[in-house]
Amino acid sequence: MSETAMAENPQPEDDLLVDVRGVDKVFKRGSETVHVLGGLDLQIPRGEFLALMGPSGSGKSTLLNLVGGLDRPTEGSITVGGQRIDKLSDRKLAGWRANHVGLVFQFYNLMPVLSARRNVELPLLLTKLSAKERRKRAELALEIVGLSHRLGHYPRQMSGGEQQRTGIARAIVTDPTLLLCDEPTGDLDRKSGDEILDLLQALNREQGKTIIMVTHDQLAADRATRTLHLDKGRLVTGMQGQGTG
Amino acid sequence: MKFLSLIFGNLRRKKLRTALTVLSIIVAFVLFGYLGAIRAAFLAGIDVAGADRLITRNKVSLINLMPMAHLAEIERVEGVDMAAHNTWFGGIYQEPSNFFAQIVVEPEALLELFPEYVVSEEDQRRWLATRTGVLIGRGLAERFEWSVGDKVPIMNPLWSQQGGDPNWVFDVAAIYDGAEQGVDTSQMFIRFDFFDEARSGGQGLVGWYTVRIDDPDRAAEVAVAIDQVFANSPDETKTEPEGAFIQGFANQMGNIGFIITSIVGAVFFTILLVAGNTMAYSVRERINELAVLKAVGFTDGGVLGLVLGESLVITVIGGGIGLALAWLMVSAGDPTGGALPVFFIPLRDLLLGVLLIFVLAFIAGIFPARMAQRLQVADALRR
Repeated sequence: MSETAMAENPQPEDDLLVDVRGVDKVFKRGSETVHVLGGLDLQIPRGEFLALMGPSGSGKSTLLNLVGGLDRPTEGSITVGGQRIDKLSDRKLAGWRANHVGLVFQFYNLMPVLSARRNVELPLLLTKLSAKERRKRAELALEIVGLSHRLGHYPRQMSGGEQQRTGIARAIVTDPTLLLCDEPTGDLDRKSGDEILDLLQALNREQGKTIIMVTHDQLAADRATRTLHLDKGRLVTGMQGQGTG
Repeated sequence: MKFLSLIFGNLRRKKLRTALTVLSIIVAFVLFGYLGAIRAAFLAGIDVAGADRLITRNKVSLINLMPMAHLAEIERVEGVDMAAHNTWFGGIYQEPSNFFAQIVVEPEALLELFPEYVVSEEDQRRWLATRTGVLIGRGLAERFEWSVGDKVPIMNPLWSQQGGDPNWVFDVAAIYDGAEQGVDTSQMFIRFDFFDEARSGGQGLVGWYTVRIDDPDRAAEVAVAIDQVFANSPDETKTEPEGAFIQGFANQMGNIGFIITSIVGAVFFTILLVAGNTMAYSVRERINELAVLKAVGFTDGGVLGLVLGESLVITVIGGGIGLALAWLMVSAGDPTGGALPVFFIPLRDLLLGVLLIFVLAFIAGIFPARMAQRLQVADALRR
C-alpha cells in the first residue's frame, strides 16, 4: 500500500523534500499498546500540495506531527530537505522546526493576549532579527494573507476566517520550506474555508511552498495536487487532485 | 527583552488574579521591611558594639550596684587596656512616656572608649568644663528640640539629690553624632563627678564597667580572668562581650529576633503558596498555548525560562513596591515616639529582601515551569 504512494510519484532525489521510510508509531495507553502507523513509506517532492485523508484515528495527524518534527517515530526514518530529523536532539529539533516548518492548526491556536501582529511575530522572536525587522516581516506576512488592516486586533476581535489567516501568516513569516496544515478549514464555514484554501493554493503555486494538509473534506482535498488516504496507519490509495497543474 | 511582551501579555490574561497576587507579595515585603526595622531597633548597638569591649556587671543582676574600687582591680587584669564605670540614671523628663537612656559616665573615658560617638572638639571642651553639663545624641536633641545651652529638668525617683530633692537640672553642653548608621543617638550622658557629689546616697557605687581589651581574640579568656578576681567576694561579677550584653538586655523583652523571624517566615511561606498557586494555574490553563510555542520552535528551556520569567516579573513588581513602601514608612520615623531610637531598615535586610524576591520567584515558578518544560508537543496539542 505504501508502495502505491511511491509508485505513483517516482521523484528524482533532488526534487524530494520529504522522505518517510518504514515508519512505525506506537503509543502506550496504560497497559495497552496502540499501533498508529505501521511500516509507512512516503515521498513528497518539493512544491507539492498534498492532502491526507482518512477516517478518525487513521494516523493522519500523527504522520503530520512526525513530518513536522513535533513527535518522533518508534521505528523508521524521516528525512526532510536532506536532514534526518528523527535523529536530532530535542533542542536541535526545536531549532529545525523554527527554521523549516510552518504549522496551521484547525483551531488557529493564536495567543489570545497578543495582537495579530504580535502573534505573527512569535516565531521571529527566536531569530536575531531586530525589533524593526521583525515588525516589518510580520506586517508583510499579514499583508500577504490580506489582513494588513487588522494588525492591532486581538484574536477575540477577529472572525474565524481572519484568525486562521493570521495563523497562516504566522506559519509563513519565517519563510519555511514546508507548510503543515491540520484541518485548516475544519472550524470554518464554507466561504471562509474556501478563502483559506485559495490562500494555501496561492502559496503553493506562487511561492512554491510545499504543503501537507490533513482534511476530512473532499472539496478541500480537491484543491491539492495529490491526495493520499490513510486507514489504520497505512496508506491505502493515492490520487491526483484538481489542484494539479 | 523581546520576550517581555509575551510575559506581560500572559500576566494581563487574568488581571484580577495577577493584581491580587502582586498585592499579597507587596504586603509580605512591607511586613518584611518594617519588621526588619523593628528588629534592628531592638537589637540596636549589637552590630556597632566594639569587638574589643567587654561589659562587667554584678553577677546577681544588672540593677545591683558594684563598688567603684573594682575599677583599679579590673585595669590590673592582664589583657585589659582600659576600663570605665557607668551608672544607670533612669530619670523622667516631663512624663514617663518621654523615656530615653540617661547614663552617668566619666567624660574623658567615654570619649576614648566609644569612638562611634562623634563629638566636636569645641563641644568636648565645653562638656569637660561644665560639671552640670550633659552630652546628648543628635536624635535626642532633635526629638525634644534641645540645643547647646538649654537647661533640662529631670525628675528622678531612683536617685534624689542630697536633701531629698528628686529634681535635677542639667545643661546641654555637647551633642554627638553617630559615626555610622545604627549608632544610638538617643542617649544622654551625665558627668559622674557631679552626680556622685550631688546624690543623696550610694556614693562610691556604680552600675557596670566597660572594659577595653588589647586583643579581641582573647575576649573570653580576659572575661574569665576578670570574674575570677572577684570570685567569692560580696560583689561577684559577670563579664561578657558588649554585643552579648546588649543582646541580653534586649532579650529581657523576649527573643525579638526569633519572634520577628518567625512572623516573617510564616508570611513568606503563605505568599509562596499563593504565588506558586497562581503560577500553577497560569500554566495549567494554557497548556495548548505553551505547546504552540514549542511547535513554532521554542525549546524546552525557552518555555521554562518564559514561565520563570513571569514568576520573576510578579515578584519583582510586588517585592520592589513592597520594599519601597516599607522604606517610605520607616523613613517617616519611629512609630512609638521614642521607644525605638534607632529605626531604619538595615542595608543587610534590604539586600536580603532583594535576594528573597529572586528566591520566591524561583520556588514559586520552578514546578509549573518544569511542567511546561516537560510538555510533549504532540500530546499537548491534542488537548
